[in-house]
Amino acid sequence: MAENGQRADIKSGRLDADDYVRNFSDAYPLLNKREAFVESERCYFCYDAPCVQACPTSIDIPQFIRQIATDNPDGSAKTIFEQNILGGMCARVCPTEQLCEEVCVREVAEGKPVKIGQLQRYATDQYMAHKAQPFERAAPTGKKVAVVGAGPAGLSCAHRLASHGHDVVLFDAREKAGGLNEYGIAAYKTTNNFAQAEVDFVLGIGGITLETGKALGRDVTLSQLRKDYDAVFLGAGLGGVNALGLPGEDADGVMDAVSYIEDLRQTDQLDTLPVGRKIVVIGGGMTATDIANQTKRLGAEDVTIVYRRGQDRMNASDKEQKFAQTTGVTIRTFAAPKELVANGSVRAITFETMQDDNGKLVGTGETFTLEADMVFKAIGQTLHSAELGSDFSDVELERGRIHVDENRKTNLPDVWAGGDCISDGDDLTVIAVEDGKIAAENINSFLKA
Amino acid sequence: MADLRSNFVGIKSPNPFWLASAPPTDKAYNVVRAFKAGWGGVVWKTLGEDPPIVNVNGPRYGAMWSNDRRLIGLNNIELITDRPLDVNLREIKEVKRDWPDRAMVVSLMVPCEEQNWINILKQVEDTEADGIELNFGCPHGMSERGMGAAVGQVPEYVEMVTRWCKQHTNMPVIVKLTPNISDIRVPARAANAGGADAVSLINTITSIMSVNLDTFAPEPTIDGKGTHGGYCGPAVKPIALNMVSKIATDAETAKLPISGIGGVTTWRDAVEYLALGCGNVQVCTAAMTYGFKIVEDMIDGLSEYMDDKGFTDVEEIVGKAVPNVTDWQYLNLNHITKAVIDQDMCIKCGRCHIACEDTSHQAITSMLDGERHYEVIDEECVGCNLCVNVCPVENCITMEEMTEGVDPRTGTPISDEYANWTTHVNNPSSPNFIPAKSVEPAV
Ligand SMILES: Cc1cc2nc3c(=O)[nH]c(=O)nc-3n(C[C@H](O)[C@H](O)[C@H](O)COP(=O)(O)OP(=O)(O)OC[C@H]3O[C@@H](n4cnc5c(N)ncnc54)[C@H](O)[C@@H]3O)c2cc1C
Ligand SMILES: Cc1cc2nc3c(=O)[nH]c(=O)nc-3n(C[C@H](O)[C@H](O)[C@H](O)COP(=O)(O)O)c2cc1C
Ligand code: SF4
Ligand code: SF4
Ligand code: SF4
Repeated sequence: MAENGQRADIKSGRLDADDYVRNFSDAYPLLNKREAFVESERCYFCYDAPCVQACPTSIDIPQFIRQIATDNPDGSAKTIFEQNILGGMCARVCPTEQLCEEVCVREVAEGKPVKIGQLQRYATDQYMAHKAQPFERAAPTGKKVAVVGAGPAGLSCAHRLASHGHDVVLFDAREKAGGLNEYGIAAYKTTNNFAQAEVDFVLGIGGITLETGKALGRDVTLSQLRKDYDAVFLGAGLGGVNALGLPGEDADGVMDAVSYIEDLRQTDQLDTLPVGRKIVVIGGGMTATDIANQTKRLGAEDVTIVYRRGQDRMNASDKEQKFAQTTGVTIRTFAAPKELVANGSVRAITFETMQDDNGKLVGTGETFTLEADMVFKAIGQTLHSAELGSDFSDVELERGRIHVDENRKTNLPDVWAGGDCISDGDDLTVIAVEDGKIAAENINSFLKA
Repeated sequence: MADLRSNFVGIKSPNPFWLASAPPTDKAYNVVRAFKAGWGGVVWKTLGEDPPIVNVNGPRYGAMWSNDRRLIGLNNIELITDRPLDVNLREIKEVKRDWPDRAMVVSLMVPCEEQNWINILKQVEDTEADGIELNFGCPHGMSERGMGAAVGQVPEYVEMVTRWCKQHTNMPVIVKLTPNISDIRVPARAANAGGADAVSLINTITSIMSVNLDTFAPEPTIDGKGTHGGYCGPAVKPIALNMVSKIATDAETAKLPISGIGGVTTWRDAVEYLALGCGNVQVCTAAMTYGFKIVEDMIDGLSEYMDDKGFTDVEEIVGKAVPNVTDWQYLNLNHITKAVIDQDMCIKCGRCHIACEDTSHQAITSMLDGERHYEVIDEECVGCNLCVNVCPVENCITMEEMTEGVDPRTGTPISDEYANWTTHVNNPSSPNFIPAKSVEPAV
């Protein structure tokens, strides 16, 4: 138990320069040509391939893999970009073990799926290294669309709209485009400033005007956008975070995982980031594993993820959990936070152990306490609807997020939405891309009608 | 422990694995290493007359690979030995003296004049080698000089040169055949008529390995140009096996001993050659790919196999498959098979379905109750075996014989009687022929 008088052990520069480089380099390095050849040969070129059905953007996987095998990597990349213009980022961040690779017949047969994600990265990286995005714009339609949010959903939507000949203005509240690709994804998944390179690649189609530093609800209103543009797409992501609802939550050292990661992603001097010696992360999703991994890699000694249900219920995939465990992160399950112990700054946190009572989670009354110099909240994000302007109330919500139909159309006749801010679908980059694509197609039909 | 000792036309060797006449047998240094590794014998790299030929100074080989870089086929534009004759002869003599239990055969290629052959035969005899092999096969470089394949492609020359050799030496004469001709039986019969003790085949197959798509030149490329070479390695084995079987089943040459060559890489390949009538095998590409050590597993694998099967002598395997090689017209048309898919082994890749659906007989389902499901429709299956060949899971699809009932595809009752094309009603030359009904043109 921490002594109350002792100061929290939080400091920067815990590691040698080499360690930072090693810890934050590419987690899964790019395949070389020979490795890609060998791996591509493992694909059976399935008929009606299950992997394609499992890809949210329906990339023709056997086709692009075959194009790698026949030494046609540019053709392969085009096959990918046709369905998913952010195929480069998705190749890095998709939880493939829960998507295409989970249903690959070789996973089913022998527990060793074709490495679809890594092959996708092989094709797209080599393409992006020497060529611009491959699509041409259709003849100008004279229509204008406002896209709010330049994350994966907004970028995908804007690109597809531009390809159909519409003019797009892409608004983003932040300084840089890319959304969580730029500010949220774990650093070791997207190294070398790939997010910005990809933004440039996408915008390369032309017809998209990027307006950064322009927030809906602060600099522009929804009503104004609906007046000035022929259609509006909302892809503003989730600006808020869930609170623990415990006293002492505002103590120093109790932090929001997403904003810490944002700082980490934006600094080019990792050794200036203060990090605690003992860290407790609360949550069970990818944000939880990501903050745990990254603080551990910044030199924290003891990092524990505490999740209130069983490990099988964690949103972070098995692979992400194993990755965390090999990084040296401890995962504790069936424990819910009860009390924060702080003396100005946080010193420890007490949990009550939980049990599963026929599907209902109930406390056992037993508690344990973990010392902590930092406690990270990673228990989900929320739509910051209050910040999106008073007229945003015209948009119908469902479970706190925007309600859309299967075409990603909201209740308003000229407003579409997609990505994390809508109530449907998992919060994944690839799903945001698909939302943007579907919405763009529907907006296109609407504008041409 | 099976006895692997081999006696091929009187040439003894401790096992039936010889190195073919090629770079691995070009000089004493290599051959001694080969013998140390355990090879039963060698056919020394082909000797010619002085002055020696010259080889190109650029790349001589081209290759075909699988994606994981396994070498499947090799192509070369090398010629016969480029070392002086007396150096080779001296080395042959020394190596034979030091390794008396190994087979030492000398490959020869000299111009088509009797005197040239007489001269070289005398010189080879002096080395005390066990026999000679006449290289009538080399498809490049030498044939332009009227030797190699240029001789092998003319049966009269094959017979004539063989006869000269038989006349002027007592050494066993093996005639190495070129595959670059349309009917291998013709030169084999010619060699037989000339008195050959054996034939060996195949030499390399005329080939262009690949074309460079930037320079638009055949590969291997020498100063911007390329030429055809000779193809060998695993890829040529099926072609060679067929040629061997043609000689083994031909009435005229059925008794002629054969040394099998072409793509032998494992003991299994070797046994297949033996079963089709070869007394031994020769190896080149596999040794050039992996080094001489591969003979260890060839010896060991053959010996294990023979023990398993109860064979005690290599001779017992020789020709065992020959009676089962027949012509298409004698295959039993009443033998009905259907593909059967083992649902527990099936991984649902759908390859069998799309192969049968797009290119064969629409005999495999793809869905059942909205689920991926692959099952053979007996009413459509012609038993062609394509699905077996494309299925990635070994033994998941098997061809099962129908022994009773009615073939649901044709509605014909299953018969256990043997019936072939020669007696079929659709065969115009069969006694049972029923002509097609002629359709009267409408008036
Ligand atoms: C820490 C973390 C790790 C993750 N790791 C993965 C992963 O490994 N793999 C994966 O598939 N998914 C991952 N995700 C989820 C993934 O990042 C999101 O699902 C995806 O980025 C959603 O895209 P989006 O376009 O809807 O929203 P965002 O990426 O959030 O983009 C929204 C954009 O809108 C802008 N914006 C916000 N408000 C306004 C406003 N009022 N006006 C104008 N612009 C506004 C924002 O600045 C931002 O650029 C992770 C998420 C987090 C938080
Ligand atoms: C580089 C090279 C050179 C060869 N030179 C000769 C030769 O001089 N004389 C000959 O009879 N065969 C020659 N051959 C043919 C081989 O002896 C052998 O018949 C052929 O390669 C097929 O066997 P394999 O598939 O085991 O390689 C040569 C083959 C290669 C690859
Ligand atoms: S399921 Fe696997 S093997 Fe089949 S096409 Fe997809 S990646 Fe290839
Ligand atoms: S054996 Fe031939 S016809 Fe029968 S199911 Fe297989 S591919 Fe189709
Ligand atoms: S090819 Fe083989 S594994 Fe694939 S669906 Fe057919 S039977 Fe099943």
